[in-house]
Amino acid sequence: MTYAFSPTVLDVLCPMHLTLDAGGVITHVGPTTQKLRPDLTLVGREFLETFQVMRPRGITTLDQLWETRHIKLHLEMKGNPPARLKGILVTDSTGAAIVNLSFGISILDGVRDYALTNADFAATDLAIEMLYLVEAKSAAMEASRKLNLRLQGAKIAAEEQAFTDTLTGLKNRRELDQVLERLLAANVRFAVMHIDLDYFKAVNDSLGHAAGDHVLRVVAKAMIEETRATDTVARVGGDEFTVILPEVGEIDVLERIGRRIIDRIKVPIPFNGHQCEISASIGTVWIQNSKSATRETVMEDADIALYASKNEGRARQTFYSPELRKTANSAAPIKGRGGIKSQA
Amino acid sequence: MHGLINHSFQSFMRDSYGERAWLEVAARAGITPPSFEAMLSYDDAITPAVLNAMALVLRRSSDEVMEDIGTYLVTHPNTEAVRRLLRFGGMNFEDFLYSLDDLPDRARMAVSDLRLPAIELHSHEAGRYSLICESPIAGFGHLMMGVLRVMADDYGTLAVLDLEQSETGRETVQIQLIETDYSNGRVFDLGARAS
Repeated sequence: MTYAFSPTVLDVLCPMHLTLDAGGVITHVGPTTQKLRPDLTLVGREFLETFQVMRPRGITTLDQLWETRHIKLHLEMKGNPPARLKGILVTDSTGAAIVNLSFGISILDGVRDYALTNADFAATDLAIEMLYLVEAKSAAMEASRKLNLRLQGAKIAAEEQAFTDTLTGLKNRRELDQVLERLLAANVRFAVMHIDLDYFKAVNDSLGHAAGDHVLRVVAKAMIEETRATDTVARVGGDEFTVILPEVGEIDVLERIGRRIIDRIKVPIPFNGHQCEISASIGTVWIQNSKSATRETVMEDADIALYASKNEGRARQTFYSPELRKTANSAAPIKGRGGIKSQA
Repeated sequence: MHGLINHSFQSFMRDSYGERAWLEVAARAGITPPSFEAMLSYDDAITPAVLNAMALVLRRSSDEVMEDIGTYLVTHPNTEAVRRLLRFGGMNFEDFLYSLDDLPDRARMAVSDLRLPAIELHSHEAGRYSLICESPIAGFGHLMMGVLRVMADDYGTLAVLDLEQSETGRETVQIQLIETDYSNGRVFDLGARAS
């Protein structure tokens, strides 16, 4: 049984089609096909002069074209703008053919380039639904992207707070530990200065916490100014600070930075008509090979050196050496940092 | 309730009456921080609280506010995407009306956890339609009235709209089409992009 459909039926069912006679000449074009080249008379032209078959490759003769029956074709319509289309060719018993076309994934460009409307697609074509989805999904993605950006901003701010000492704006112990772990894992040269303020308790006791807080802020600012931008300055206790100095090649650098910090902190700090006089004791560890060192041993070595500075009369810097450990052991039991604090 | 709905209420207040008016609404409704994220979900009780606060601040009935929100959604440049997505529903106003049956499904295709209230279109003789709105948000029918009024204009159709409320709280928008090609309407360019 054969059905002979008039071109008007085909125009409704597949508005983007064209028919060819047995000689490969276009005999009719659907209304949407005509929209691709509104100024061109397509009827009477040879199909292979109007379209280039991109896939399968090498189709240049009519015989080859007929061989592509029932195979998905990738076509390009010649002229401007070049239209990339999908197509399928079927033939009837008389040797005439129908080629049905679609934009495939280029639907967005197609609709824009040729100003197509709902009416240019078959009622059963999902093109409009596809356009709807693309637009709806893009809007939803954009909303999600904005949400993600805001969440990321909030996360960075929260992390900043989590790693910062709120009184002085210096880094806190959590950040210090992370920096230290990173340097130890990288097995590089670096130094750790453990700094304890001398006579700070006297300021706090006689002038109150406001004075103490003021002194801590001034001291924090001084430490930032006297260290390098790559150094990490952290407040790790009430009046205890730790500076991590990466990439220290010479001990002179540490001597100089330590001296500058001590000199700055010696300068009396005015507060409500009083002069707050404090000083700084420093214990420094210079690590040139961190293979055997851990975060705990590094901090303990810095503590021992700091303890020596306190014992020697304060306002000085002591570099850690294994001999200090023996002296410290004979002088007083070391019980981590708490032990040192009670001696100070 | 989906954040998109709460966020659109917020945008309506801000775009129509300014940031301060929205902050007053947020304070009255106890929204802290005073902002909704479009892509998050919120407790269902929040939406009616916001609507009540808007009615108080604007000194209007919440039904009137809902209708204004409907109008806002399909006219303001900031919500152009809504109008465009609705226009995908059909080539003329009647097509569009029939597409409303699919609206909740269409919305879910775009944002999988967005549940829009169920709406059901019934057609009667002589260009009469009724749109039945079953919604957990009171006044959803009024919001749809606002939307439909604008969309009829958009399609260049002259239509008369009326709202009926049953004793059970079911809202029905009665639609009478007078002239389907009353004016040219607004152009819908399939290939354009909403900003």
